[in-house]
Amino acid sequence: MDWLGPAEWQAIALSLKVAFWATLVSLPFGIAVAHLLARRAFPGKALVNGLVHLPLILPPVVTGYLLLITFGVRGPVGGLLQPLGIVFAFRWTGAALAAAVMGFPLMVRAIRLSFEAVDPKLEEAAATLGASRVWVFLTVTLPLILPGVLAGAVLAFAKALGEFGATITFVSNIPGQTQTLASAIYTFLQVPGGEGSALRLVAVSVVLAMGALLASELLARRVQKRVGGA
Amino acid sequence: MSVSVRVSHRQGDFLLDAAFEAPPGITVLFGRSGSGKTTLVNAVAGLLRPQAGRIAVGDQVLFDSAAGIFLPTHRRRLGYVFQEGRLFPHLSVRQNLLYGRWFAPRGARREDLGRVAEMLGIGALLDRRPGDLSGGEKQRVAIGRALLASPGLILADEPLAALDEARKAEILPYFERLRAEVPILYVSHSAAEVARLATTVVVLEKGRVVRQGPAAEVLADPAVTPVGARSAGAILEAVVLRHHADGLSELQAGGHPLFLPRVGQAEGSRLRVRIAAHDVILSRGRPEGLSALNILPGVVHEVRGGEGPGAMVSVDTGAGRLLARVTRRSAEALGLGPGVACHAVIKSVAVAPEDVGGR
Repeated sequence: MDWLGPAEWQAIALSLKVAFWATLVSLPFGIAVAHLLARRAFPGKALVNGLVHLPLILPPVVTGYLLLITFGVRGPVGGLLQPLGIVFAFRWTGAALAAAVMGFPLMVRAIRLSFEAVDPKLEEAAATLGASRVWVFLTVTLPLILPGVLAGAVLAFAKALGEFGATITFVSNIPGQTQTLASAIYTFLQVPGGEGSALRLVAVSVVLAMGALLASELLARRVQKRVGGA
Repeated sequence: MSVSVRVSHRQGDFLLDAAFEAPPGITVLFGRSGSGKTTLVNAVAGLLRPQAGRIAVGDQVLFDSAAGIFLPTHRRRLGYVFQEGRLFPHLSVRQNLLYGRWFAPRGARREDLGRVAEMLGIGALLDRRPGDLSGGEKQRVAIGRALLASPGLILADEPLAALDEARKAEILPYFERLRAEVPILYVSHSAAEVARLATTVVVLEKGRVVRQGPAAEVLADPAVTPVGARSAGAILEAVVLRHHADGLSELQAGGHPLFLPRVGQAEGSRLRVRIAAHDVILSRGRPEGLSALNILPGVVHEVRGGEGPGAMVSVDTGAGRLLARVTRRSAEALGLGPGVACHAVIKSVAVAPEDVGGR
């Protein structure tokens, strides 16, 4: 595949890495928040729900700027994490954080819907058979929400691959560090004669997005077959 | 091992305030819907925390509001058979059956998959998914799943209510077999099921226990018709004497012959027969030239008039206490009252197959 130059490969590899880690690390949080919103009543639930969905509605630049002043080296959270060796600003980890935050509402939505579709009576039945709450979750709830978890993860992954505004605002556009597919396309379009490279990356983006969607569809169908039937 | 329950719980306008003892065997909580049966069973299961009371199985206390004890559901060692089965759709029948066994303490795993599958006739279904099963099969798997958890007590909340008559007849014998193995707390609003299964009956009305005691005693009480006089009926204990060539079975109840349509049980087996109150005719003198085969002499124990034109009469016969539903007009015309001698007439063909069960 020598029709892609090293700079282009670098952007693709970085994008996949960022999207992979963004999805993987946010997944447990996504499941926890979805569970909270689907199953628990607590004061301030509307506020939590609003916060989770905020990145969906805010201009991405605003989200990126908020991340910068919070997780930047001098930000309240970034300053605390820096001595521990965790730095987000202008690193690929920052790009992953931005991607995770932007994809989070989509992930939570999908998982929450599948939580709501699980009949709590099945969980009660498991408890009467001797399963503690953790075991009920692992052996009954989790397998039953698996299609939703997969769907949520794929959505978040696809969103992470294409994330641009928050990423470029938070961690800039450094080749090899924070220059993802979207920012690379943007950069190529800014320089004369860059249309060719941009177009090639656009094609790659389309293929990756379609691939992810098809894979999730297939997986979901297989899981549904295993889980459903009742 | 007996179960002792005392629960007081207010839910909106509804006050559940009930106490009962369940000796070994099947104890049926009997009452119309909304009488608090399910709430009571859910309190025993720990799915609901009552505001006050005490629940104990044998010497193990599950709940005691005064002592601040509330054992969580998963530590109560129960088997719960729900009305809708509640099988896990993502697991095979085999995995469903073994689910509770996995959590049971090693020393308590007294049930064996092979034996339970054979007893419930589900050996051929083990590799299927719950979604592929019929209603009756699902319910048998649910019973097996509860049993394989090796519980100290089985709870059953109207386990047959969602099934048609044929499927009910298919499941009932399995509960009869369980009766000897583990104490069962069984919720029902069906008089036929109660008559067939109950060792002990606890009658609930509007959240209160109005009567409790041995099944034969409670069901023959004319004052106890929680689901309406139409479905009242007493039970007789009998032994199959012989099957006759003309399609009748001759039973013996307390020394009296009783002719019924051919029963499924072998000669010599003991069984219980439900005689519906509306299938019993009363006569002062011994009736002559009557087509009915079963005529039992007896003495009226109690007469109880209802709101309508009917009256419920309990009669002590040699075969056991029977319940007869007659009109108030007839009761007065015959001069029926406590101590009056009369004959109870039972038409053989009136006794349906589902009213005959093993014991």
